[in-house]
Parts: sequence; C-alpha cells; structure tokens
Amino acid sequence: MANVPRDLKYTREHEWAKPESDRVRVGITAYAQEQLGDVVFVELPKVGAKLTAAKNFGVVESVKAVSDLFAPVSGEVAEVNGELTQKPETVNQDPYGKGWMIVVKPSSKAEWDQLLTAQQYEEYLAQGGH
Amino acid sequence: MSATTLKRTPLHQAHVKAGARMVPFGGWDMPVQYTGIVEEHRTVRSAVGLFDVSHMGEFEVEGPGALAALQHLTTNDVAALQVGQIQYSLLCYPNGTIVDDLTVYRVSDDRYMLTVNAGNIDKDWAHVTQSTEHARDVKDARWRNASEGTGLIAVQGPKAEALVGRLADRDVTAIGYYRFARGTLSDVPTLISRTGYTGEDGFELYAPADRTERLWTELVSAGRADGVAPIGLGARDTLRLEMKYVLYGNDIDETTNALEAGLGWVVKPAKGDFIGREALEKVRAAGVQRKLIGLEMTERAVARHGYPVQKDGRAVGIVTSGSYGPSVDKYIAMAYVETALAGIGTELAVEIRGQAKAARVVKTPFHPSRVKKA
Repeated sequence: MANVPRDLKYTREHEWAKPESDRVRVGITAYAQEQLGDVVFVELPKVGAKLTAAKNFGVVESVKAVSDLFAPVSGEVAEVNGELTQKPETVNQDPYGKGWMIVVKPSSKAEWDQLLTAQQYEEYLAQGGH
Repeated sequence: MSATTLKRTPLHQAHVKAGARMVPFGGWDMPVQYTGIVEEHRTVRSAVGLFDVSHMGEFEVEGPGALAALQHLTTNDVAALQVGQIQYSLLCYPNGTIVDDLTVYRVSDDRYMLTVNAGNIDKDWAHVTQSTEHARDVKDARWRNASEGTGLIAVQGPKAEALVGRLADRDVTAIGYYRFARGTLSDVPTLISRTGYTGEDGFELYAPADRTERLWTELVSAGRADGVAPIGLGARDTLRLEMKYVLYGNDIDETTNALEAGLGWVVKPAKGDFIGREALEKVRAAGVQRKLIGLEMTERAVARHGYPVQKDGRAVGIVTSGSYGPSVDKYIAMAYVETALAGIGTELAVEIRGQAKAARVVKTPFHPSRVKKA
C-alpha cells in the first residue's frame, strides 16, 4: 500500500495538501508518482498566479505520460519549487518532502473541508484510485 | 481492447512474476517497465538488458520463386543478400507509403525469414500472400507464418557479447553486424542474430516458443555478474529514439513515404520492379516535400507524437516521437518538417499546450551508435 501521511489532506486527482499556518503546501502523492513512473518534466505556475480549486494549475510528465495537476484549494501562489525544473526526479524520490510543488495562500477556508482525509484517501485508493 | 483478448508471449508469466507493469501494445499484453524506464535505459547503455520481443512476427518464404517474390514485395535488393546475412527493408503500397518496416534473413539459397512488427502481423501476412499470388514468376514461393511458434529475446548492451558468448556453443564474436548463425544456447536451438533496436552492440535470439522461457531464465542467471536486467517497452522506446530509429505507427505508417522518412538507403530501384517503385521514383525526381528530422528542445518542454511544429508562428510540420533522452539528458524528438526547414541548426518551435517552445534541428543519432561494425 502506498504511503499516505496522516497529517495531510488529499484530492481525488492524487494531490496532497499540507496546512502551514495560513498557507497550504501542495504536491503529488506517493501513489501518483509511482503510477506515473520516472518524472522528467514539471510545469508550474508563477508566484502570484490565481488558482481555482479543482482546476488545472500545472503539468507533470513522465517518460510515457502527461498528467494535469489540480489545485486542492483556491488562492494565490506564494511559492514555487524551482528545483523541480532541473531535478524533476525529486518528485519520485521524495513526493511529500523535497518534491513539493507550490505553496498557496488560500482565499477560502471552506474548501479545506472538502478535501479527503488520509483515511478517506486510503479507502479511495483501495477502490482503485479513479 | 479488454485485457482478456490481449495476446501473451511465452514470457508473460516471467514478466508478471518479476513485478513488471503490463500494458496493451499492438494487441499484446507487454511489460512497459520493471523497475523504472530511466534506470532500465541506463542498464542497456552501461551493461546489458534483456527484451522480450516475442510479439514480433516471423514469416518464412521458401522455393525457387522466393527471391522473385521478395524482390517484388520489398524495396531493398534481396539479390545482394548472402546466406547468413540480414537486410533492413520496407513493404510499400503502390503509392510509396509504408505497409511495414522489416528485416529479411537469407536462411539458405532459396529460403528466407522476414521479421515484422507485432501490430502488423495480420496486415503484412495478407499483403505478402495476396500481392504475390497473381505475379507470374513467383508461383514457386511457399509462405509460412511462423509467428506463433517463435519466441524472440533481444540481448543488448556493451556486455551482451560476453553474456551470449558464455551460453553459446559457438564463437559469437565472429558474427558480424546484420549477420546471423544457428547455434544452441543452454541447449536451446537458437538463431543468433547480431541486430537490435537500441544503438548498442547485441543480439536478437530466435528460439522455439516452448523453449523461450528456458532461454530467458538462463540469460538472467548467467548475466547476474554483468548486471543484466529485464527491460520494458518504455526503455526500448527511449533507446531507439536516441538513435532516431523509426517506429512503425509513430514515425512511419500508411501516410508517410519511404523517402521522406529518410529510408531512401533501403529503396533500390536499380534492382527492377517492386511495389511502390514507380511512385517512389517520382518522389525522388521531384524531391521530398518534407523530411523526418531530429529536434532538440532548446526550451524545457517535452514534445510528443502529434504536436505541431512551427516556424515564426506558421505550421511547418508535426512531431512523430518525443521524450526525455536519458543518455543525452535532453528533451528530444523526431518530426516531419518542410524540406526547406530541415537543415541542421534550423530554429523551430513545437506547440505544446498552446505555447510555442523553442527547438532546433540537430544532427542524429542524438547519442553515438555503438553497434558492432563488420
């Protein structure tokens, strides 16, 4: 079973969201990177970009596949992990750590409660993850 | 296509047991990767990898009319082929576009074997048997589809010769590039062919289907000290892309002609008539409208099959294959572009998700070939 940290929330598109005071750090899950295989390219928004929950905010590409990234919450991009441009494989090596993608300043608190808990995400994966 | 209707090679169980990720490919359930595409790619460049290519098709043609049949069907000059030699070639339609690319083996004086792409077996079989049945001088050619009874393992990489040599009952170092010999490997009767699809030295080993798993197991254990690993279709694709080897269905197909694909070196009109000759002679005289070239992305982005190629905002071509090339550590692609823009160094762009990303026409292969020469 894929690693699903308890302190994070999740989307059905396999992003994780981590609360950090008034911000949310976002990446893709261990399950997602494993399904993708070797990540060779990551395209992320610029700092200041406005995101809408459940809408596409970037792209992650493996050798074989192109996958859209979906915003867990609406808000403004406060930080972008620029390291991933040169080292996209970090997403495979450390999906919940150095492989983080963006930090968002959320515009609404209500959306947070819509996200899956670790337990709900695990159940979702157990049912096939799609 | 549902999983239950997919065909399986004799090594299917071995792949599943090894933890391979299986995907549908050309009607077959095939391993796309075992540990990871990039790692497998590097294993082939630095050590040795084993590929299950049993899904490929083998046809045999035999008899006093076999040579005439093949001269009629294929674009290369089969008369130049000696016993024990192999020739890369094409089957074309009358309009010069491509039915399939293939290798032709001269097994004995009037006996040949053709190796064709897995997804094209049925189409090719219909083509070779129907296209020759009305020709006057090819009556004495008997065709046999040996695809089901034949397994095929490619052993590729700088340590391939040592590994195959260790198991073979004959000196494999004496087998030159695009030549073959019969032998036994670990008691399995094998046709040992010095060919491949990776740009590395290596062999393709044809064995009876019911002995192929034995051969695979022996190669895995005998190659342990060489760092041998099974390699999936994912790495097979990045390896061939770095060499600019064409893949049927991606870079060549029923809409591309042999000359624009850069395969004019296997089109030999001087040998006499063949299917597609007249059309290809016209194309050659007029000059090709577009050319298959190698692109390097100068702006970070992955070009993929079907993405448009632009010059100053104008559509000038289309990407046929593209990926990250692990050995060149760049994003590379193959594309058809207008002939005037095919020169090395031409600055172009690939349209990726609505944005023009800079690319340049570069010399190919992208990675130096290390196949054994003569």
